[in-house]
Amino acid sequence: MFQMTLLFNATLETIYMVFFSGVIATLIGLPWGIALYASRKGHIFSQPMLYQILAFIANIVRSIPFIILMIAVIPMTRILVGSSIGTTAAIVPLSFCAMPFIARVVENALLEVDAGLIEAATAMGANAWQIVCKVLIPEALPGIIHGLTLTGISLIGYSAMAGAVGGGGLGDLAIRYGYQRFDTSIMLITIIVMIVLVQAMQLLGDKLVRWYAHSKQ
Amino acid sequence: MIRLEHIYKNYMTARGSVTALRDINIHVNSGEIFGIIGKSGAGKSTLIRCVNLLERPSSGEVIIAGEALTALSAAKLRAARRKMGMIFQHFNLLSSRNVYGNIALPLELAGCTKKQIADTITPLLELTDLTDKKTAYPAQLSGGQKQRVAIARALASKPQVLLSDEATSALDPETTLTILQLLKNIRDTLNLTILLITHEMSVIKSSCDRVAILQEGELIEENEVGEFFTHPQTDIAKHFITSSVLQHLPAAIERPLLVTEQPHTHPILRLWFLQGTATQPIISEISQQFNLHINILQANVEYIKNHVMGMMIVALRGENVRIQPAIQYLKQNNVQVEVIGYVPNDIAI
Repeated sequence: MFQMTLLFNATLETIYMVFFSGVIATLIGLPWGIALYASRKGHIFSQPMLYQILAFIANIVRSIPFIILMIAVIPMTRILVGSSIGTTAAIVPLSFCAMPFIARVVENALLEVDAGLIEAATAMGANAWQIVCKVLIPEALPGIIHGLTLTGISLIGYSAMAGAVGGGGLGDLAIRYGYQRFDTSIMLITIIVMIVLVQAMQLLGDKLVRWYAHSKQ
Repeated sequence: MIRLEHIYKNYMTARGSVTALRDINIHVNSGEIFGIIGKSGAGKSTLIRCVNLLERPSSGEVIIAGEALTALSAAKLRAARRKMGMIFQHFNLLSSRNVYGNIALPLELAGCTKKQIADTITPLLELTDLTDKKTAYPAQLSGGQKQRVAIARALASKPQVLLSDEATSALDPETTLTILQLLKNIRDTLNLTILLITHEMSVIKSSCDRVAILQEGELIEENEVGEFFTHPQTDIAKHFITSSVLQHLPAAIERPLLVTEQPHTHPILRLWFLQGTATQPIISEISQQFNLHINILQANVEYIKNHVMGMMIVALRGENVRIQPAIQYLKQNNVQVEVIGYVPNDIAI
């Protein structure tokens, strides 16, 4: 019974970390991705210099291993959360890690939109903002949802790693009980719960895409 | 209504500057359907994109309804673009919106209310015969229906000018005709000015009032459509016209054809009736006058506006001494004669 409570709480903590870091990363990654797309040479807000800068930052953050990133952002975590240990504190590095990933995923989804649609909207007198809101995002939405699903699944994995340094959640449980106390059953159950979470996330993402696309066919 | 003055368009490429358009001057009158025909790569797409400044000309002026677009600020240009509709070869409909939503897009961009949008779209759906497709998505529509949605969308902002970029090139011939008929209807009912580009002579023939030929970035010929067909000036114009009427020789005629005249053969002629000669009973005249048997192997007569033009492939059988004078007679009567070969007398075709 004690173990069930532990497992339940750890699962909730993981969901909490993944959900909030996902939301925060999307809030920043989505505009970042749109900015990447728009500032590309020859696109609606062609600014090759800005593009280079945005792309460079995304590449830097993406090339830092998560475990290092987690330690590197500790000062910022302290400022934002007040502590560098705990579930809420883990949201900061997780968000940082997911942001550039989402930015690139969004950029790619937008690049898939037929250039003819942007031309048509321009010919109708649309400004850059209207093109983004009324044409690009609705047309790229299935691709964006796919990308966000992918990011969410990666976050489940990374949140387990955050657990290793005091972030709580399923990773923490697996390490403290499963690994350090040699409790194989806890380890197995944790892994099963993780698998269920990943499956559920993928299923939800696919369902959303199908629901959005289904009404169009 | 549409005036292009000395339009030049240069592109910088890795190998230096390329001139896509050279000194283009076009005046399209209000209520006119003006066609620009050219082969692929002639600069047609660049030219029509210069009219609403999707491509900014390197120099020259674009004047729509008296307003010089090239001098406008970005915001005023967007307002001017709302008075110009544009349709495309690949329709460019939003797959995420249904028919109604697609037609509503330009109105949303202009900041219309829901009621204004509904009031505008209902008659447009009727005009384009799409009322029962209102909630369908583009993926559920045929090519012709998609283009009708695109036309309705282009008309939603009540434009004075419609630009058509190869709008029928992705459609089958029958659908092409219905779309062209629709364009003519809306020109008549809404007094729209239409500028279209195409590589198909049939589009010019069935819908345009005036036509210009674009070749390698230059306008080389411009005329009223009937005159253009009956009195083409340049070689490329003649080529476009003959290829639109010309059909391939059926294999049954081509197989026994000899290039040079031999004993016991008779000639096969291709006759062009261009300058009003298609209405004369000239074949029966030469048949009687020169006592020849004339076998019509293939014929095609086109009615363009109030002009008639035609092409005919005939076999002339008779005494050899009478054939040459008969050909002379045809030429004197403004029929263009081309001997395409000789067929042995004992072969029946």
